[in-house]
Amino acid sequence: MSAPLLSVEGVETYYGNIIALRGVDIAVNAGEIVTLIGANGAGKSTLMMTIFGSPRARSGKIIFDGRDITQMAPHDIARAGIAQSPEGRRIFARMSVYENLQMGASINGAAHFNEDLERVFTIFPRLKERAQQRGGTLSGGEQQMLAIARALMSRPRLLLLDEPSLGLAPLVVKLIFDTIRDLNKREGLTVFLVEQNAFHALKLADRAYVLVNGRVTLSGTGRELLARPEVRAAYLEGGH
Amino acid sequence: MAAQQDHQRPDMARALVDAGFAALVTFGLSFPILALRTEQDMQNRLVVEQRWSWAIVAVVAVFCARLLAGLLSDWRARAVAIPGALIGVYGAHLALTVGPANGAGIVAFGLALLIGAFPLDARLRETPAAVAKPNVEGPDHSRLMSIAGIVALFVFPFVMLAWLGPQGSLKWINNYGVQILIYVMLGWGLNIVVGLAGLLDLGYVAFYAVGAYSYALLSTTYGLSFWICLPLAGVLAAFWGVILGFPVLRLRGDYLAIVTLAFGEIIRVVLINWSDFSNGYAGISSIPRVTFFGVPFTAADNGFAAMMGLEFTPIHRTIFLYFLILCLALLTNAVTLRLRALPIGRAWEALREDEIACRSLGVNTVNTKLTAFALGAMFGGFAGSFFAVRQNFVSPESFTFIESATILAIVVLGGMGSQIGVALAAVAMIGGTEILRELDFLKRIFGEGFDPAQYRMLIFGLAMVVMMIWKPRGLISSRTPSIFLKTKRAVAGALVREGQG
Repeated sequence: MSAPLLSVEGVETYYGNIIALRGVDIAVNAGEIVTLIGANGAGKSTLMMTIFGSPRARSGKIIFDGRDITQMAPHDIARAGIAQSPEGRRIFARMSVYENLQMGASINGAAHFNEDLERVFTIFPRLKERAQQRGGTLSGGEQQMLAIARALMSRPRLLLLDEPSLGLAPLVVKLIFDTIRDLNKREGLTVFLVEQNAFHALKLADRAYVLVNGRVTLSGTGRELLARPEVRAAYLEGGH
Repeated sequence: MAAQQDHQRPDMARALVDAGFAALVTFGLSFPILALRTEQDMQNRLVVEQRWSWAIVAVVAVFCARLLAGLLSDWRARAVAIPGALIGVYGAHLALTVGPANGAGIVAFGLALLIGAFPLDARLRETPAAVAKPNVEGPDHSRLMSIAGIVALFVFPFVMLAWLGPQGSLKWINNYGVQILIYVMLGWGLNIVVGLAGLLDLGYVAFYAVGAYSYALLSTTYGLSFWICLPLAGVLAAFWGVILGFPVLRLRGDYLAIVTLAFGEIIRVVLINWSDFSNGYAGISSIPRVTFFGVPFTAADNGFAAMMGLEFTPIHRTIFLYFLILCLALLTNAVTLRLRALPIGRAWEALREDEIACRSLGVNTVNTKLTAFALGAMFGGFAGSFFAVRQNFVSPESFTFIESATILAIVVLGGMGSQIGVALAAVAMIGGTEILRELDFLKRIFGEGFDPAQYRMLIFGLAMVVMMIWKPRGLISSRTPSIFLKTKRAVAGALVREGQG
């Protein structure tokens, strides 16, 4: 088997003196959807941010497509082909949807901008209707669509999604997850997904990791983990 | 839709009729109350005193106010225009009764507000209600008014000169024209840093000082001309902008404000204490005056007046300075507007909105911030070197914190990021200060010892508080996106939450 697209090897991240990741190993192969689940404060978003270079890992290595990106600046990591839809969406509230998408194309500028714009408008037709509107006036679901669309504008080879279901209605969550699956199936987009919504995430994912207190405690295919009693007990009981 | 358009775009004829009617009513009321007044004379007899000018002023004022209310559809534009018109009428009254030199500037100040109100109105009209429909005429209308405004600015000194002669017009061209334009330029420069990039800078005056001292020192030490020093001053100020930018890269909000505040003070304190370099408190005097591209403004045979075949007066230099600062300010504006449409300008605005999102999209936030600091500082440096050539004297006292605060107040009052808003705020704040010196009628109310200029700060404080309650996002809080799918549309400020960038 060829080397994974992204591999995280023994990464430790600190906030000051407080350790957040205690040696995490993760691999994402090209064309896969990999999800990372875990409780609040487990370090999921920290791992996401560490992959993106802010904060930087204090030890360990992050290899993307054969390149060591551990010490690279975030904007260089973006240029290397990783895009991120950050936690809490973080769209530019006062700028129009169109301008938000333009910011997403920052790294390749005007080159194939119109083409990419058409593409994301096909994926999220709702955004086309709202193109002139200010980002802050969109609904939560639309904002999430915009955050994903904005990340797609840079033509990434790996898409990092941090809690896309945060604060959204179940129907919208389903729509978002269907879109992710669709992107993966149709375009072969590699997705690394961080989620609290373990049930949906595990159903969607090819493979999954469970993060507890800054350590990966379990890994396997989505289906396997869905069936494990300890996963059910910790993340899935009482609902769905 | 057509009906709505009618409602939105008031027509001239109706407004005129309406205003004429209001003026008639005013005349009816003012004629017995204002125009005729009974007084007791020396023999205790009642005599009728006639004060027709009072009645005329009242009628004209009401007519103008009513006409403007009819012509401008947005109440915010009215709030700018109507005081402008009233100030103008008051000035005209002064000019006619006391003498032109006393009222002309007030008239000009009123007119400036009046002229500014029309593009403001056009901007505002495009915004909230019009979000859903394309607006074809709006931008054109606004552009027309901008051109009219610029033309008015270019003819202003000549009109004043023709009206009041070289002696009388000096005050108005210098104290109003040049002074206001300096602050318009500084406001626009700071607007890049604060309004667009969202980096709160309380030490902007430092770059103004760097520019001023650059020219002062380079010209007195090396005898370089203004035209060589001007770009050098800009470069040096930009360099100091980057120097300030580096340590504050990681700071935001209050922390950034404190460091920039300290930076402004450091520059000033260094200028005071490093006497060998800057001559300390005494400052640098006899800085070479501005020349007309090498031709001095003197009475000599090789002077500007002799060359042009004009009679020598010092006003030529003032008018040249006026055009110089006008061009510098317009340059600042043009560069800012252009940059807003380019990726770097968009990156500034995105940075103001959300830094983390910017980073995750591959924006180099370090470079983006540093360019904002450097460009803002560069325009501050230009303005500073203009300041030095105009005063031909600089000292650290001109660069105190209150200057930074004034410039920041102009940007905030104008509505962060809005060019026309900043210009109007500068006219109101700087012109307003000068106007306070002219309000002699207040002495009649409060007694001879009353000097309205003494209450400048109090009035500013009040104006700030009122503004923040009435219009917390500044005069113009709407924002026109720099890129459009089909038609241009502004984003209404009313929809923007506080603290949301």
